[in-house]
Amino acid sequence: MSAPRDPKVTLIVGRALPIAGDDVDTDRIMPARFLKSVSFDGLEAHVFTDDRIAARASGGMHPFDDPRYAGASVLVAGRNFGCGSSREHAPQGLARWGIVAIIGVSFAEIFFSNATALGVACMSVTAADAAELARLVERAPDAAVTVDLVAESVRAGERQWAARMPASAREALVSGSWDATAMLTSDMDAIRATAARLPYIRGF
Amino acid sequence: MGSTLLKKIWDLHTVRRLPTGQTQLFIGLHLVHEVTSPQAYDMLRLHGHRVAFPDRTWATVDHIVPTDSPRRPFRDEMAEQMAATLERNCREFGVPLFDVSSADQGIVHVIGPELGLTQPGMTIACGDSHTSTHGAFGSIAFGIGTSQVRDVLASQCLAMESLNVRRIDVSGSLGRGVYAKDVVLAIIGRLGVNGGVGFAYEYGGAAVDRMDMEERMTLCNMSIEGGARVGYVNPDETTIEYLRGRTFAPTANAFDRASQWWRSMASDSDASYDDRVVVDGSTLAPMVTWGTNPGQVVSVGEMVPSPDEAGPGGRQAIEDALAYMGLEAGRPVAGTKIDVAFIGSCTNGRLSDLRAAADVVKGRRAASHVRALVVPGSRRVRRAAEAEGLHEVFREAGFEWREAGCSMCLAMNADRLTGRELCASSSNRNFKGRQGSPTGRTLLMSPAMVAAAAVAGEVVDVRTLLPKLEGV
Repeated sequence: MSAPRDPKVTLIVGRALPIAGDDVDTDRIMPARFLKSVSFDGLEAHVFTDDRIAARASGGMHPFDDPRYAGASVLVAGRNFGCGSSREHAPQGLARWGIVAIIGVSFAEIFFSNATALGVACMSVTAADAAELARLVERAPDAAVTVDLVAESVRAGERQWAARMPASAREALVSGSWDATAMLTSDMDAIRATAARLPYIRGF
Repeated sequence: MGSTLLKKIWDLHTVRRLPTGQTQLFIGLHLVHEVTSPQAYDMLRLHGHRVAFPDRTWATVDHIVPTDSPRRPFRDEMAEQMAATLERNCREFGVPLFDVSSADQGIVHVIGPELGLTQPGMTIACGDSHTSTHGAFGSIAFGIGTSQVRDVLASQCLAMESLNVRRIDVSGSLGRGVYAKDVVLAIIGRLGVNGGVGFAYEYGGAAVDRMDMEERMTLCNMSIEGGARVGYVNPDETTIEYLRGRTFAPTANAFDRASQWWRSMASDSDASYDDRVVVDGSTLAPMVTWGTNPGQVVSVGEMVPSPDEAGPGGRQAIEDALAYMGLEAGRPVAGTKIDVAFIGSCTNGRLSDLRAAADVVKGRRAASHVRALVVPGSRRVRRAAEAEGLHEVFREAGFEWREAGCSMCLAMNADRLTGRELCASSSNRNFKGRQGSPTGRTLLMSPAMVAAAAVAGEVVDVRTLLPKLEGV
């Protein structure tokens, strides 16, 4: 068990790895057979498993197997990353592998919620900027990439790009309140009052 | 200016504005299953939380159920452990469970509606992306992940961002052999698999007004495949008549009062929308996917597209999909040989789906090289189908008649593709590896089209196999 991390997510500095293509679905990130478990333990070993096997079979190497990207903490993605199944096992696997920020063109909504709920920052950049960042990372896998949630920017070397995130998710991460349970349970009376005015709970 | 159903439900269920700017939204119905809940219950224990509203929470087992013999203990030890864990969690936290010993067990998005748990005007959440299905009743239903399942268990609430509403009017009337599945595949093909991000889809128009509840469920079910977490249809007489007499629906005078309230929750005629789209339903044909996401779709008379037809950046996606699928650009999608036919899932595993498929296979046989299976969405669907003799129709045609569960939609059970098998499937996702083989291939289509493909041994226009109408 690691020491509890500071819940405030403001600045992430680390090396990055690129995942090519748009519409990367959560079945690819974490195939369903690895959901047959009652815990999230060990999911880091199975991230993109079938893509990695396919890459090896065709004589290539998937970024998650490439030693140049070992220890990366920022994932660079395309459009609609994390679409499909709501399985939190996908961002859990990425987070347990060591990913703490994802820079993409856009994110599927449920994936975005799930990642935010784990304190993983998903920031959007333009398609051209994402492509430039991916090229930079491929050329220089050792480059330090800085993801700045406060300044809403991504920096690498001499380059800087504007990066966006919905205001409330950004606030949840920056203020360290992304684990919503405490916030949601802090006023149970207000919850009971809302329930009490609903016709289907009152019995019509 | 009037309000949309989304806004009415949102305002009614708002507990407060959170310091982050999100809305704390009360969830009226929480549905739970074995795959995405065990870690959430563990987190509750870790932090000493109880389930805040066990009387608003119901559970079932569906994803891992072996559909050949669903008796406990399951042969698959991991599946058995997941079922036992759900059972223990539900007992400990006081959550009612429809397990495999229950006559009401089935896919969570099939049993919620058929039991009358799903009702108009509600907010609904479930740890499954196809929770959008329940929007067919004029509810706002969110698919969520496990951390949010924990939040709902602990507080009966979600921290949510507001949504825009896109009104999608399906005008005209659907031709014979064209179903809700074809409508939603056509919509996703047009708006894209990410076109709905940030939107709730409100489906309406003459073709939707005429759909029965099961068709509306198919339509809303696949909203998420178009990127929309939420999809809904305004409640009307069809909705109300469906709910009358259901196990958990209100009774007697309360039903009349409920009906009145349900009608009042529909979007006002002068509601304003953030976007509007019109689809001419009368021009739609049966649809078939050719690629590795549900937006890669053509009508059955069309050709598999060529990478040359792609816009900027799209070329690689088409090339990758064609390479994976082993399909040739420019060739008709009809005539594609299949190995497996799967009829079932939360998208198309209801009684009307099985009837439509049975109409096609009656008096015919599945091609000798095709493995065909029919998996009812719930025990209730299975009994109703057997009462009509549909199981005999399928068995005589060489189809396997299975027990209720998610089955080959996602292969968390023994039903799966092997190797590069190509499956005509009534399910919702044609992602790489989705049906259990890392190299398996999926063509999404309506249950009637799957039945037609099973009989022909290849993709074929179901309209050529439909029984002749009297006097035509």
